[in-house]
Amino acid sequence: MAAAVVPTTTWYLILAAALFAIGMTGVLVRRNPLIMFMCIELMLNAVNLTFVALATELTDINGQTAVFFVLVVAAAEVVVGLGIIVSIMRRRQQATADDLAALKG
Amino acid sequence: MDLFVFVCAAIMVLVGALGVVLRSNPVHAALSMILTLFGVAVLFVAREANFLAAVQVIVYAGAIVVLFLFVIMLLGVDRAEDLRAEPLGNIQRPLALVLGVGMFAVLAGAIVRSRESLRFRGEGVDTATLEDADGNIRQIARSIFGDYVVAFELTSVLLIVAVVGTVVLARRRKSERTPS
Repeated sequence: MAAAVVPTTTWYLILAAALFAIGMTGVLVRRNPLIMFMCIELMLNAVNLTFVALATELTDINGQTAVFFVLVVAAAEVVVGLGIIVSIMRRRQQATADDLAALKG
Repeated sequence: MDLFVFVCAAIMVLVGALGVVLRSNPVHAALSMILTLFGVAVLFVAREANFLAAVQVIVYAGAIVVLFLFVIMLLGVDRAEDLRAEPLGNIQRPLALVLGVGMFAVLAGAIVRSRESLRFRGEGVDTATLEDADGNIRQIARSIFGDYVVAFELTSVLLIVAVVGTVVLARRRKSERTPS
């Protein structure tokens, strides 16, 4: 019965799409810069999941290599982003994304 | 069995992602993100990407989430924030929800429509997954250190730049006082 149903690549892609949509909604809804950052990580993970699912489907290892590079760039991005957030938050406590309008003309 | 693993991992991923978005306490959100990242790692294993699953757990769940928690504790924002505050009137939340659902609908529609081409493309290509357990790591190594060795070296430059930039950013300036 259930053994006949095997999760195909389409299932993985749909799941990744759902994860991406949730992350995007989070970036739009939340006002805490840290949480917005986490939602960006969720979106990156959705893309990674897509890469891996298609790498197996198309039997091409380069998809997994792309995920490796995405991981490295995500790590660098988190480091820089958190550094910026720390230096902002040190000046004013409880800053939300709406308060960060110093560059507004 | 495959189905069971997929469903469990998918539930982990979605519950964790919703937790990140909906939890008001940043610490809870970070812990929910760990759930999501582990779910994605499980799915990586299910898709025979063993090396990436290990890297996912070590780098994401191990390093990045710890960094997030570190910053949360450092800034002292580990208390529940008021989620009721609406910056742009009452329009932002529903609009974001509509956009999110629309995004999912568009992506899912594109995926379902392109299913046929996917199946067609998948046949006839030389298999990339070896039978033995080390095959995945060996192939990734050959790809990274062979075809993409320049990009790999550039990522090391990127990491150095990121580290130096963060040190410069986070250091307290003694001489100058920048206007806030």
